[in-house]
Amino acid sequence: MGRLGVPGPSWRPLLRRLLLPCTLALVLGGLPRVGALEEDPSEGFQVVTFKWHHVQDPYIIALWILVASLAKIVFHLSHKVTSVVPESALLIVLGLVLGGIVWAADHIASFTLTPTVFFFYLLPPIVLDAGYFMPNRLFFGNLGTILLYAVIGTIWNAATTGLSLYGVFLSGLMGELKLGLLDFLLFGSLIAAVDPVAVLAVFEEVHVNEVLFIIVFGESLLNDAVTVVLYDVFESFVTLGGDKVTGVDCVKGVVSFFVVSLGGTLVGVIFAFLLSLVTRFTKHVRIIEPGFVFVISYLSYLTSEMLSLSAILAITFCGICCQKYVKANISEQSATTVRYTMKMLASGAETIIFMFLGISAVNPLIWKWNTAFVLLTLVFISVYRAIGIVLQTWILNRYRMVQLETIDQVVMSYGGLRGAVAYALVVLLDGNKVKEKNLFVSTTIIVVFFTVIFQGLTIKPLVQWLKVKRSEQREPKLNEKLHGRAFDHILSAIEDISGQIGHNYLRDKWSNFDRKFLSKVLMRRSAQKSRDRILNVFHELNLKDAISYVAEGERRGSLAFIRSPSTDNMVNVDFSTPRPSTVEASVSYLLRENVSAVCLDMQSLEQRRKSIRDTEDIVTHHTLQQYLYKPRQEYKHLYSRHELTPSENEKQDKEIFHRTMRKRLESFKSAKLGINHNKKAAKLYKRERAQKRRNSSVPNGKLPLEIPAHNFTIKEKDLELSDHEEAPAYEEEETSGGIEFLASVTKDVVSDSGAGIDNPVFSPDEDLDPSILSRVPPWLSPGETVVPSQRARVQIPHSPSNFRRLTPLRLSNKSVDSFLQADGPEERSHAVFPESTHM
Amino acid sequence: MGAAHSASEEMRELEGKTGFSSDQIEQLHRRFKQLSGDQPTIRKENFNNVPDLELNPIRSKIVRAFFDNRNLRKGSSGLADEINFEDFLTIMSYFRPIDITLGEEQVEQCRKEKLRFLFHMYDSDSDGRITLEEYRNVVEELLSGNPHIEKESARSIADGAMMEAASVCVGQMEPDQVYEGITFEDFLKIWQGIDIETKMHVRFLNMETIALCH
Repeated sequence: MGRLGVPGPSWRPLLRRLLLPCTLALVLGGLPRVGALEEDPSEGFQVVTFKWHHVQDPYIIALWILVASLAKIVFHLSHKVTSVVPESALLIVLGLVLGGIVWAADHIASFTLTPTVFFFYLLPPIVLDAGYFMPNRLFFGNLGTILLYAVIGTIWNAATTGLSLYGVFLSGLMGELKLGLLDFLLFGSLIAAVDPVAVLAVFEEVHVNEVLFIIVFGESLLNDAVTVVLYDVFESFVTLGGDKVTGVDCVKGVVSFFVVSLGGTLVGVIFAFLLSLVTRFTKHVRIIEPGFVFVISYLSYLTSEMLSLSAILAITFCGICCQKYVKANISEQSATTVRYTMKMLASGAETIIFMFLGISAVNPLIWKWNTAFVLLTLVFISVYRAIGIVLQTWILNRYRMVQLETIDQVVMSYGGLRGAVAYALVVLLDGNKVKEKNLFVSTTIIVVFFTVIFQGLTIKPLVQWLKVKRSEQREPKLNEKLHGRAFDHILSAIEDISGQIGHNYLRDKWSNFDRKFLSKVLMRRSAQKSRDRILNVFHELNLKDAISYVAEGERRGSLAFIRSPSTDNMVNVDFSTPRPSTVEASVSYLLRENVSAVCLDMQSLEQRRKSIRDTEDIVTHHTLQQYLYKPRQEYKHLYSRHELTPSENEKQDKEIFHRTMRKRLESFKSAKLGINHNKKAAKLYKRERAQKRRNSSVPNGKLPLEIPAHNFTIKEKDLELSDHEEAPAYEEEETSGGIEFLASVTKDVVSDSGAGIDNPVFSPDEDLDPSILSRVPPWLSPGETVVPSQRARVQIPHSPSNFRRLTPLRLSNKSVDSFLQADGPEERSHAVFPESTHM
Repeated sequence: MGAAHSASEEMRELEGKTGFSSDQIEQLHRRFKQLSGDQPTIRKENFNNVPDLELNPIRSKIVRAFFDNRNLRKGSSGLADEINFEDFLTIMSYFRPIDITLGEEQVEQCRKEKLRFLFHMYDSDSDGRITLEEYRNVVEELLSGNPHIEKESARSIADGAMMEAASVCVGQMEPDQVYEGITFEDFLKIWQGIDIETKMHVRFLNMETIALCH
């Protein structure tokens, strides 16, 4: 972004600033070692040496990060505090306190937020996070509005604030200051922009409705280009001197605005394209897959910085454009990794920024107080923002379909928070050219603190008091998605029919183009399939059902759920997503789409995860404590940097799970699929079911050894009835009582849940046997007919024979693969003998 | 048919009925004539002339909705063979933005009308219920845009949606209870709390923006 490579000599101090720490570090790091060698050559080899200087810089950085993170923990110990005071405000106060302590001890302000660190390391993660998780549809739907506020609004704020301050200055209210009109305009331009970091930090805790959020937040992101240009233009004007500025320079300024903003966007789009293309081919290097996302996005930032374009725009658009393709291309685990790493980096950067803003303020050298200037700045930025919003909204509402009401306007005006961007920009100023740099710095700090602390504190009560429409976190509903899709098509059709070009028309054309060309180039072939949102929601719901189903079992203490959560998911994921690579997706996959849809909110993400987390934990504990295979197992510590191979343990888990799954499937298969529709089977099923009812009266949660013996035998009898030699043989060969128990309890639950969780929905005259749906556990029923689950279905017969070939000891090594690989030509032949599943 | 050009009385009548402004009616009339080839009525075949419509996966359903007597408020079932300009406007008026300045009751009414339109599109046999068969049919068409999704998955999605609908509308069901289909009341229940302000509105009917587009 041009502000770091500003034309003219202004970049030189920056360079020095950048290089100085490096050289310092080199000197500090290099000297002591040399010195140590020279000082006492006589002492010979020292076992332990204390080399503080050697590690000083990274050590201090790490310590600060640790302090900030610990502080976050402390803040969140008391829910009361964080629900009232925004975290950003707390961090600033903490920074002030820490800065005070350091100052008291040292009398030097050694730690300040330098523009280099801020722009190169702290800002990019936050903006990337914002772009990558941007709710695209919402964003583009409101793009016009956002652009108006971002461009016109920011120019308006800058101009009015600067000019008004200048006016007051001329009246003499501020006393003697060595400032000219251009200085005021420069100050206006840097203080005008709403700050994305501050806005995100505050608004994520105030859950206003999504339209309002996207407008304020989008504005704060996109106004960067305006800020950059205004700042650069006025800075160069100040350097030139007021009287030498010509009309040509002004025209150049306008031109550079378009170049900077469009150029930045273009760079972002190009890198997004590259990134999507690269992730298409990372299938065999899964482990570094997430790295690409970060590295290429960061390169987009640096590239546009290098070309003095708007870097924020570049990385924002990189995130926005690539998200769809990247999320489709990378594996489940990578997606989770990317999501958490991104949230972690962003959250960490934000924490550090606010804390260091506090620390930086404790430095008497930068303070220069001018009451009139400071107060008037505060008044002007608030008042002019409000006026600007009202004027623009008045224009916009004539074109907007969803009107922005007065309440929205109040929140938008009040949400105009200034933050670290302004601070970093003001610190960048050259003190030699801008004579009153310190005054500007002090004022900016006051403004930032005021907006973040005071407005941040009061915006929540304000929103509550005004009864602003809040966003609601709702579960995705299949019906909603389907109807939504229908609406999309209807609207675009209506636009087509009435022959006009509207939003829907454009969206429709774009999605057609995307499907026809872009997706083909940028997405893996397998991913193209599963990318339909409806399918995703469907899949999510299935997963959720599965989890609640497991949780239900947990609650009742059933041992059927002894298995690791990852295995659990593995099967589910594998059943309904045609992505063979997603072997052990984490439970949190379920949340992924949700979160990415609207939620840019790191805290709520955590909370939503919590409930599922509990389940996960319980399951894990069970697995660890009561794991049946354990005694036979040999632990091997395999280390590979390039691959995360599933450990033996997991394989065994999978093994057990597969077997229970198989039985479960079979138990309703005869009725369900209509493949094996002889009456005997049906009868058998009924008997089994009745038996299971009886079984279920047995208190749950007992250890395998405590199973009443008759239960077991009945089970055996049933199996024999099922006219099938293979399975019993297998059973005898294999059984330890525990596994058998597993299987039977699982069936139990199957039949139980038939009445409980699930609904027998369909009328009998449907072509599908209605009884099926009543018996199938909810998480399987819809998924069953989805393409991949069919595969699973035909595979089941395949497995028993497979297992029989294996000695019990070696079982674990084979299991997963037998399910995943048997997908090939064999599938057909086995499908012909579905009876073989009956055991 | 020249309604817009003839006496302004007729125009006012249309305005009152459909809520469009005279500019909007004129604009739509121009389009109507273009579609019908200067005939007073539009037949189904006329919609084939809209090239952009071709890619729409549910175009047949949408075109059908134009001729649905229920939507035209002419009867409780059946299809009209052809529609005149007034009917055309009636259909279009389903997509007018809700005027929030109206009372709560009227907004609710408006919302209901819009949802009824969608409901009618799903309920193709006009028996007041969306049966599983009908639902599957719609879902299949909706997903037909994506060649990778097979019919079976579309069906199971419809099944899942139906189950969801049943659980929303009926709650816990007895094992032998049968859910026959989504009635309009159930349909409203499903939509409860879902904001359709942005979903069922077509902005372009506002002529001021059109002027900018052309």
